[in-house]
Amino acid sequence: MALVLTEEQSMLRDSARGLISDKAVSHLRQLRDAKDATGFSRDLWRTFAEMGFSGLLVPENFGGSGLGCVEAGVVMEEIGRSLMPSPFLATAVLAASALLRGGSAAQKSEYLPKISDGSLLAALAIDEGAKHRPLQTDMQAVRSGNGFRLNGAKAFVVDGHTADLLIVAARSAGSAGERDGLTLFLVDPKASGVATERTAMVDAHNAARISFDNVEVDADGVLGEVDRGGGLLEAVLNIGRGAVAAEMVGVSEEVFARTVAYLKERKQFGKPIGEFQALQHRAAQLYIEIEITRAAVLKALQTLDGNFDHAGAAVAVAKARAGSTVTLAVQEGVQMHGGMGMTDQFDIGFFMKRARVCQELFGDSNFHADELARMKNY
Amino acid sequence: MSDFDQFRRETRAWLEANCPPEMRRPMTSDEDTFWGGRHAKFSSEPQRVWFERMRDKGWTVPHWPREYGGGGLDAEQAKIVRQEMAAIGARQPLTSFGISMLGPALLKYGTEAQKKEQLPKITAGLIRWCQGYSEPNAGSDLASLQTRAESDGDDFIINGQKIWTSYANFADWIFCLVRTDTAAKKHDGISFILFDMTSKGVSTKPILLISGRSPFCETFFDNVRVPKSHVVGTVNRGWDVAKYLLQHERAMISGMGERGVGRPLGQIAADSVGTDAQGRLEDPMLRGQIASFEIDEAALTAAAERAVDLAKAGQSHPTFSSAMKYYGTELNKRRYEILMAAGGIDALEWESERSKGGARPRAWLRTKANSIEGGTSEVMLGIVAKRILDLPGA
Repeated sequence: MALVLTEEQSMLRDSARGLISDKAVSHLRQLRDAKDATGFSRDLWRTFAEMGFSGLLVPENFGGSGLGCVEAGVVMEEIGRSLMPSPFLATAVLAASALLRGGSAAQKSEYLPKISDGSLLAALAIDEGAKHRPLQTDMQAVRSGNGFRLNGAKAFVVDGHTADLLIVAARSAGSAGERDGLTLFLVDPKASGVATERTAMVDAHNAARISFDNVEVDADGVLGEVDRGGGLLEAVLNIGRGAVAAEMVGVSEEVFARTVAYLKERKQFGKPIGEFQALQHRAAQLYIEIEITRAAVLKALQTLDGNFDHAGAAVAVAKARAGSTVTLAVQEGVQMHGGMGMTDQFDIGFFMKRARVCQELFGDSNFHADELARMKNY
Repeated sequence: MSDFDQFRRETRAWLEANCPPEMRRPMTSDEDTFWGGRHAKFSSEPQRVWFERMRDKGWTVPHWPREYGGGGLDAEQAKIVRQEMAAIGARQPLTSFGISMLGPALLKYGTEAQKKEQLPKITAGLIRWCQGYSEPNAGSDLASLQTRAESDGDDFIINGQKIWTSYANFADWIFCLVRTDTAAKKHDGISFILFDMTSKGVSTKPILLISGRSPFCETFFDNVRVPKSHVVGTVNRGWDVAKYLLQHERAMISGMGERGVGRPLGQIAADSVGTDAQGRLEDPMLRGQIASFEIDEAALTAAAERAVDLAKAGQSHPTFSSAMKYYGTELNKRRYEILMAAGGIDALEWESERSKGGARPRAWLRTKANSIEGGTSEVMLGIVAKRILDLPGA
């Protein structure tokens, strides 16, 4: 398969861009400044649903579009460009994938149509410590009645404060660090014992800490197999990693485009600063990094669609590369904007903040470099 | 099944049947590369067999037209051949500057007679070419070259000196930049001309490099007589041909960054520094360096694949090869820094049989030229800044 977007994928990109590009950054800024309780626009999410984006990964028989990870990446890239806070990642990518890959027939028919029509918001609750370490999951799931009782706490739950459905990783057997013994649960956030604290984050996007105090989940709430949720979790995380890598490509590109424009327009010593070789070479290096990362990310997304079980290495490469590229892009972006880059009034800092969050989301560059080394046995 | 699936199946079967097992092993020395030419020698019987089978199939250069000795494959088919060769670790049957540099320029700028004369000798490995570009005072500022070609009836008389001419001492012919108009602006008086290295007045002198080897030469022209019909493209418009060829040269050099040296770096390092109980390298910092190198290497491989696909879709920037050249060469230098660190003191031996005559340190030193030859990294970044990013010129 050619490592370029198809005509249909380019059209999807154009329609996503057409929908949100005029709201780039300004939309996020308004939500932040108003301390908006939702943290995203429900109107815009309805439009996403009407355009088929919320059900993008959901098969047509559940009301979705039945598209793949490349298409999800196309939308994520545009979200990255515009810094649009959107339930797309948590609901349309992560939850849809988890239900699609792990759900029973009943679970699929209950939830997937509602994801497609935009009426159900969901969130994936994985992380517990300061760093993404899914195998270290320590939250306890103890058998109780015909189901389980959950105890523990989750952090960095994207969109956790608005979710109608939580997908929670907990340990039903074994101990922290082991792949076996993990189980995924569908939990109603309104259930007794669930406490949600919305956490305002550096990037003004949405996240929550959620604690579980003797939360009862019956057998219908198990997603996938008991004790064998590690594989399903890894599959969902890899799709999420590919999606966030695409978002980081979008962030990188937008920062870069704004920075190059600034180099051409800002004058010092009587000429555009873009004439200075010190800046030209750094801009060129950044361009090259972004182009190479874009190829690696598209490769990972295509592999997720075409050869899912062997996508691990390509995903690790993409997430690690996208993380280091976006980190470089936002730092160069702020530096080359000089003092203006340090002001809140100027948009560039918003990209820097989002990039930092994307790095941590589902494993940073170091995490994925370590993963790659492990996969290659050294 | 699509035609391409069918082609892939046939290609796989043909390679399986025709590529000798010895030619599927990673190359370990210079002798493993077959360059062709009048004085070509095969270093082994399997090398000869593999070359001749690929030549007869037209696959020394699969994507050139059949009439010029190529395989006549389209871009997608050629990609399939590359992928299937890579899948079994098949070596290139023939390596030559005729394939990677001159050929593309001849296909675009050459006359029909020139193409018919030269290209089949390239695909058949009969003529080995060298590149007469750099001069002692024309390196990064290539267009300031001074080698002169003066008109004399149907011929040019060439006088001057080239430097860094790769393998000039083994080459049969040279493609050369010469100044045919000394009054014009520097880019406007250059011509691109071909001639036989056995012509009277041509001499070469190898240059001893830091690797202790001499892959480059000084090349001298003393009243060398060359027919005017050997000019490629228009007289005084040779810079267009030169630049076009450079794009191909840079694409070729960038490929070095994605070419593994056989065993994965992590395994090579494990042999010398050892592993802990979990199988991780005993040197955690080196392990991290290798992992981030491999991430960048995999990304570059994807970018190279994408560059070909973009070109096929008519969406590529003509000077994107400069971006790839920059990244590929810097990456290859990193690869060898890691290989040296992984090898430790064993990688410092210079002459012993144990070290294959210091193969690793010599290769390490050779890579330092990657970011200089074919345009320095700094020149590449300047081209990207001006031609792709459209940043203002000084």
